[in-house]
Amino acid sequence: MTNELDIFVGNTTLIDEDVYRLWLDGYSVSDAVGLRVRSGILEQTGATAGVLQSDTMDHYRTFHMLERLLHTPPKLLHQLVFQIPPSRQALLIERYYAFDEAFVREVLGKKLSKGTKKDLDDISTKTGVTLKSCRRQFDNFKRVFKVVEEMRGSLAGNIQQHFLLSDRLARDYAAVVFFANNRFETGKKKLQYLTFGDLAFCAELMIQNWTPGAVDSQVDDMDVDLDKEFLQDLKELKVLVADKDLLDLHKSLVCTALRGKLSVFPEMEANFKNLSRGLVNIASKLTHTKDVRDLFVDLVEKFIEPCRSDRWPLNDVRLFLNQYSASVHSLDGFRHQALWDRYMVTLRSCLLRMYHD
Amino acid sequence: MPGKLKVKIVAGRHLPVMDRASDLTDAFVEVKFGNMTFKTDVYHKSLNPQWNSEWFKFEVDDEDLQDEPLQITVLDHDTYSANDAIGKVYIDIDPLLYSEAATVISGWFPIYDTIHGIRGEINVVVKVDLFNDLNRFRQSSCGVKFFCTTSIPKCYRAVIIHGFVEELVVNEDPEYQWIDRIRTPRASNEARQRLISLMSGELQRKIGLKVLEMRGNAVVGYLQCFDLEGESGLVVRAIGTACTLDKLSSTAAFLPACNSPSKEMKESPLVHPPSHGCRSTHNSPIHTATGSRLTQNFSVSVPTLIYTGMGSGSAGKEGGPFKALLRQQTQSALEQREFPFFTLTAFPPGFLVHVGGVVSARSVKLLDRIHNPDEPETRDAWWAEIRQEIKSHAKALGCHAVVGYSESTSICEEVCILSASGTAAVLNPRFLQDGTVEGCLEQRQEENLPAGCGFCHIPYDELNMPFPAHLTYCYSCRKQKVPDVLFTTIDLPTDATVIGKGCLIQARLCRLKKKAQAEANATAISNLLPFMEYEVHTQLMNKLKLKGMNALFGLRIQITVGENMLMGLASATGVYLTALPTPGGIQIAGKTPNDGSYEQHISHMQKKINDTIAKNKELYEINPPEIPEEIIGSPIPEPRQRSRLLRSQSESSDEVIELDLSHGKKDAFVLEIDDTDAMEDVHSLLTDVPPPSGFYSCNTEIMPGINNWTSEIQMFTSVRVSRLSNINLTNQTLNKNFNDLCENLLKSLYFKLRSMIPCCLCHVNFTVSLPEDELIQVTVTAVAITFDKHQAVQTTKTHVEKSLQRASTDNEELLQFPLELCTDSLGPHPFSPAKEHLESASSNSGIPAAQRATSIDYSSFADRCNSWIELIKLKAQTIRRGSIKTTVSVEKASPLTEGHFRQRSAPACANSTVGVVKMTPLSFIPGAKITKYLGIINMFFIRETTSLREEGGVSGFLHAFIAEVFAMVRAHVAALGGNAVVSYIMKQCVFMENPNKNQAQCLINVSGDAVIFVRESELEIMSTQQPIASCQPACGGGEIAT
Repeated sequence: MTNELDIFVGNTTLIDEDVYRLWLDGYSVSDAVGLRVRSGILEQTGATAGVLQSDTMDHYRTFHMLERLLHTPPKLLHQLVFQIPPSRQALLIERYYAFDEAFVREVLGKKLSKGTKKDLDDISTKTGVTLKSCRRQFDNFKRVFKVVEEMRGSLAGNIQQHFLLSDRLARDYAAVVFFANNRFETGKKKLQYLTFGDLAFCAELMIQNWTPGAVDSQVDDMDVDLDKEFLQDLKELKVLVADKDLLDLHKSLVCTALRGKLSVFPEMEANFKNLSRGLVNIASKLTHTKDVRDLFVDLVEKFIEPCRSDRWPLNDVRLFLNQYSASVHSLDGFRHQALWDRYMVTLRSCLLRMYHD
Repeated sequence: MPGKLKVKIVAGRHLPVMDRASDLTDAFVEVKFGNMTFKTDVYHKSLNPQWNSEWFKFEVDDEDLQDEPLQITVLDHDTYSANDAIGKVYIDIDPLLYSEAATVISGWFPIYDTIHGIRGEINVVVKVDLFNDLNRFRQSSCGVKFFCTTSIPKCYRAVIIHGFVEELVVNEDPEYQWIDRIRTPRASNEARQRLISLMSGELQRKIGLKVLEMRGNAVVGYLQCFDLEGESGLVVRAIGTACTLDKLSSTAAFLPACNSPSKEMKESPLVHPPSHGCRSTHNSPIHTATGSRLTQNFSVSVPTLIYTGMGSGSAGKEGGPFKALLRQQTQSALEQREFPFFTLTAFPPGFLVHVGGVVSARSVKLLDRIHNPDEPETRDAWWAEIRQEIKSHAKALGCHAVVGYSESTSICEEVCILSASGTAAVLNPRFLQDGTVEGCLEQRQEENLPAGCGFCHIPYDELNMPFPAHLTYCYSCRKQKVPDVLFTTIDLPTDATVIGKGCLIQARLCRLKKKAQAEANATAISNLLPFMEYEVHTQLMNKLKLKGMNALFGLRIQITVGENMLMGLASATGVYLTALPTPGGIQIAGKTPNDGSYEQHISHMQKKINDTIAKNKELYEINPPEIPEEIIGSPIPEPRQRSRLLRSQSESSDEVIELDLSHGKKDAFVLEIDDTDAMEDVHSLLTDVPPPSGFYSCNTEIMPGINNWTSEIQMFTSVRVSRLSNINLTNQTLNKNFNDLCENLLKSLYFKLRSMIPCCLCHVNFTVSLPEDELIQVTVTAVAITFDKHQAVQTTKTHVEKSLQRASTDNEELLQFPLELCTDSLGPHPFSPAKEHLESASSNSGIPAAQRATSIDYSSFADRCNSWIELIKLKAQTIRRGSIKTTVSVEKASPLTEGHFRQRSAPACANSTVGVVKMTPLSFIPGAKITKYLGIINMFFIRETTSLREEGGVSGFLHAFIAEVFAMVRAHVAALGGNAVVSYIMKQCVFMENPNKNQAQCLINVSGDAVIFVRESELEIMSTQQPIASCQPACGGGEIAT
C-alpha cells in the first residue's frame, strides 16, 4: 500500500527550522531524511522512517510554495495564504537570504550574469555547497542587485526596505551589490586570504566616502557607483610623489614623528618612497575602469605585501598610516587636503582591515 | 423592496500579470447581485489598482438577500478581444441581516479562480440597509441567527430549546448537464459554486422560516451537507436545533456558571409507565427494522444496532408526585414534536437528565434522477423514514428524546447509504417550553445534590429491558442503577466526574464486496451492514476494556461505500466515569483446549492483554476506584475478585437473573479465538500504539481530565490517499492496510506537532472516502491545544479529592434515606459498617477542604481559571456543611490566585498580533472569551487543474488548495471584523484525479462561526476595575476557560 497523496496543512503554517536549513542547503528529500535520521530524531521522538519521510516531504512542499513569496519578501507579509507569525516570517526571510562565506567569495565582484551562472557547477564542486544552494544564493544576489541597482537613497536602506532583511544582512548585500557593480577583482590567488567580512568592510567604507551619495543624497545610483568627479580629482594627488621636494618633505615629517616608535623604523625609512608611490599611484589611476577592478590587487601588491615581507606588526602599520596621512596637512605646497582626506581615511581603514595573514 | 445592499470596490493588490507585453494588468470589477450588475472603471496598467468606486446600490427583496451571494468578478480589460477573467469573490451577506452580528463587511478578500487558485486580493466594503417588513406571509427569515456550534453559544442564554429543524433542497448538478460538454471547466465550476451558494442560502432561509414558526430566534448546531448524487442531481440538506436565545450582558454572562454546582439537577428516576418502553423486538442488541419499498426507488432499510450500556433499569421508588408531573410535562412537550431530536452535544446544566445510549439507523437507497427539483419529496421521505426509526429506538430505551443527533450519507455511483445517529436521552422540560422555567429552577435549587452522576442512571425499566444488560448501583450515589458501559454521541457533560484522562478510541473495519449493479448491489450492501455494525461495536468494546475505561463519548460511526468494499470507521473518546463500575478485563478463550502449545499461546496472549490494560491504566491515570470504596465502604456486597479477569460479576442478588438472560450470548469481555480471524482481531487490538508521552487525543470538545489549557492552538487538516495493491485482496489484508493507514496518520500528526508538547489533539475528526476502486482517502481535521503539565498533575489530584468528597456527601444523603437502602436490595448487614465509615468520613470532610485551600496558597497551579471552578464548587460544598473555617481560607486564596493568573497570561496577550485569525473545531478558544458572534461561515469551493504535474502532483495541488481555503475563510472572518472561527468543520473534501490526463479536481465545503474573542488577560483588567469582593467575578473568569 502506497501513499499517493499525503499532506498536512495547519492554520498556522508549521515551519521546522532544521528542515528549512536542509532545504536551503539544497539537499534532496531523501538526503534530508538521511541526515535527519542520523541526527537521532527517530530515537528522540519514537517516530518511524516513514513518518520522517512524510514530514520532510510536507515541509519541502511548503517551502517550495513559500519560495515564490520569498523572492519579494513584502509579499510574504501581505499574502493571505500562509498564516505565519511575524517572528517566523523574519526567520524565513533572513535564512533564505543568508549566504555561505565560501560561495560569496567565489562570486564577489563577478558580473551577475548568465555566464557566471553557468560556472556555478564548478563553484559548487570547489566550495562543497550544493548546486541548488549555489543557484539560490546567486539568484538572491542577482534579484537584490536588479531591484536596488537604479534606486535613489542609501543602498543598504533600500535593500532593507525591499527585502526586509536585518541590518547586518542588508549591509552585506550592499557590499555584494557594490562589488558586483564595480566588478572589483577578488578572486586572484593573493587575495584569497581576504574574508568576505574584510571586503564587505571595505565596501561599506567606500560606499560611505567614495560614492556620489557621500556628497549628495539625492542622486541616482548614489551608492552603487564610485564618484566619477572624485576619481578624476584623485589625479591631483600625484604631485605628492611626482614633486621630489614634496616627497622628501613628506618622508622627513613622517620619519621625525615616528622615530623610536616603530620596531620596523629602518625598513619603513628605506621603503617610504615605494609605499607612498604605490598608494598615490593607485589613487591617480582610478579613472580607468581596469584599475578600479584591480584596486584590491594593487593594494595588496603595493602596500600589504611589502610590509608583510618586512614583518611589520599591525600596530606599526597603523602608526605609519596615521602619520602618513596626517603629515600631508603640514605640506604647505599641497592644496588638496580635503581630497586627500576623503581618499586616505577610507584607504587607511581598508588597509588596516586587510593587513592580516 | 425591503433592503438596500451597498457595495464599494476600493482597491486591488498583487494581481497577476495579464498582459505579457507590459507585465501589467488593466483591471476592472463587475459587481453582481441577483440579475443586476455594476462595473468599475478600468484601472490601467497596474498590479495594485485603486478603483475607489462609488457605492453600488442594489435594491432587493430580503428573500433575495438571504438566498443570493454577492458576486464580485475581477477582469482584465482587453480592447481587441474578450476581457479575461482574473477571478471571483463570493460574499455571503447573511451575517449583515441580523442586528447583533456584523454591521459591515470590509476587508481584503482573496480573488479566487477555480483553475488558477488565488490571484491577488481585492478590498471591498459591503453594507445592508434593512427596512422593516410587516408582511405576515413573507418568505424571508432575516434575523434568525445560525450557529454551527453544537452547544448554547457562549454569550447567549437559552430561554427555550424548541427542537429539531430540517430542510433539504435538490437541483440538477451543473456538472452533469448537457451544456457542460460545450462550456469550459471554469464556467462549469463557477456555475456549480454559484448554484450551491444559492441553494444553501435558500435552505438557510427556509430553515429560518421554520424557526420563526416555532417562535424561536436562532438555530444552534446547524449542520449543512451536500450530497453529490452525480447524474441524479445535487442535494443540499441541513439539520439544526431551533432555540430562543437571549443575549447576555457581560456581567450576567458569568452568573449561571457561578451557580452551576448548586444548580445541578438531580432528578430521581421515575416509574416509567409500562405502556411505553420495551418492545419485544428489542431484546437482542441487533434491532431489525422492516425494509420498505418506495414508489420509484429501490430501498432497503438496514437492521440497526442500538448501543447502550448493558444495563437494566432501577425501579426508582421514590418518584414524588412533582417529578411525575415534570416528566409528563416533558413528554407532552416533546410529543408535540414530530422528531424530538437535538443536534446539540453539550447542554446547559440540568438539561440532560438521563442518557440511554446510542441509537442509529441506516438505510440503503438507489438513486434516481430527480425529475422535479421543486419536489424534493423522495429525499424527504427517505430521511423521514430514518428519523422515525431513530425515534422508535429511543422510545425502546425509555427515552423521549435524542441528543447529539447527526445525519450523513455515503454515495457510490447509484447506491447511497443514509445514516443517522444520536443518543437517546431523557431531558428536563424546563428548557423546552415557556413558563415552566422559573418554577423548575426554584424546585431544583431545593434539592441540589452534587452527584453529577444522574445522566448515567438508566432511563429504561429494569424489568423490561430492551436488551440483555448488566446493571449495578451507581458508584457515585449508590441509589440508582447504572449500566456497566455507556456509549454516547454527545460531549462529556461538564458536571460528570471522571477518573484520569480520556483517550481517542477507534474501530476500523473493511469488508470486501462483489461489484454489482443496482438492486443486487444495494442488497449486498445491506446484507453486509449489520455485520459491520456488530464488528465495529465489538472492536470498540474491546478497545475500551483494553484502556480500562467504561464510557464512550462523541461516538461517530461512519460507513463508507465503494465499488468493491465497505469501510467502517468509528471514533469516540473513552473515559472512566466514576459513576459506572470498574470494567472487567478481557479474557481469551481458546476453542481447542487439549492442544498444549495452543494453550500456551493463549495464555501468552492473555498475559499481553493484561499487561496492556495495566499499562493503559497507568498511562491514563485510572487508579482511584478502590479508594473511595475503602473509605466509604460499599453498601452493596459484591464478589469482586473474579471481575478482573472475567466479566464483572453481578453485584446484587437480583442480577443473577440478568446473567441468565445474557447467557450464551457472545459478549464483549470474552474473546473466543475460534479461527484465524479472531486471532487477527486480538492481534490488531494490541497493535494500537498509545500516543507518545506528552500527547493526548480525543474527538470530543475537550479532553476529560485536562482543563488547564494554555493559549496556543493549532488547527490542521491532513489528507492521505492510499492505493491498495490489488493482488490477493482479502478482508484481513484490507483491515491491516486500513489500520496502518490510520495509525501512521496519527503517528505523523504526533511527530509534526511535537513542538507543542504537552498538548492534546481535540475534536479529532476522521473522514473516510473511497474515491476509486483501489483508493482509500482519509481526511483528518483536529486542533492541537497546549496545556500546562504541572497543573495537570495537580488538577487530577483535586479531582480525586473531589470525588472523595462527593462520595462522602453522597453518603451523607444516604443517611437520610436508610429505609430505601434496606428495602432496595441489601438488608441491614452491610449498612452498619457503612454508617460508621460514613460518620468518620463526614467528620473529616472539612479537613481535606482546608488542606486544599492552603495548598492553593503555595502552589502555582491555581493561577488558571479552572481551578476557580473547583474552588467555587468546593465552596458551595463547604458552605453547605456550614464549615466557616474552610470557607474563609478559600476566600483568602482568591486574591492571591487572581494575581498569579494575571501575571501568567500577560505575555500571552503581548504575543497576539493584528490580523491573525484563529480557527478551531471547538466551540471555544482556550484562554479567551468570545464576546460576539458575527455570523455563520459556510463556503464551498471547487479547484481544478489541467497541469497537475506542474503544480507539484496531487499532493502539491491539494496542499495549495486547502491552504487557500483556510485563507479565504480567514479573510471573510477578518472582513466581518472577527478574529476567530469556532466550530470550524470541513464537511466535504472530494478529490478526484486523472494523472494520465494530468488533471485533478477537488471540492471542499467548510463551515464555522465567525467570532470576536478577547484574551482573558485583557478581560481580567476589565473585571478588576469592578469593585467586587465575592466569588462572582472570579467565577466569571472560570466560565471563560471552559
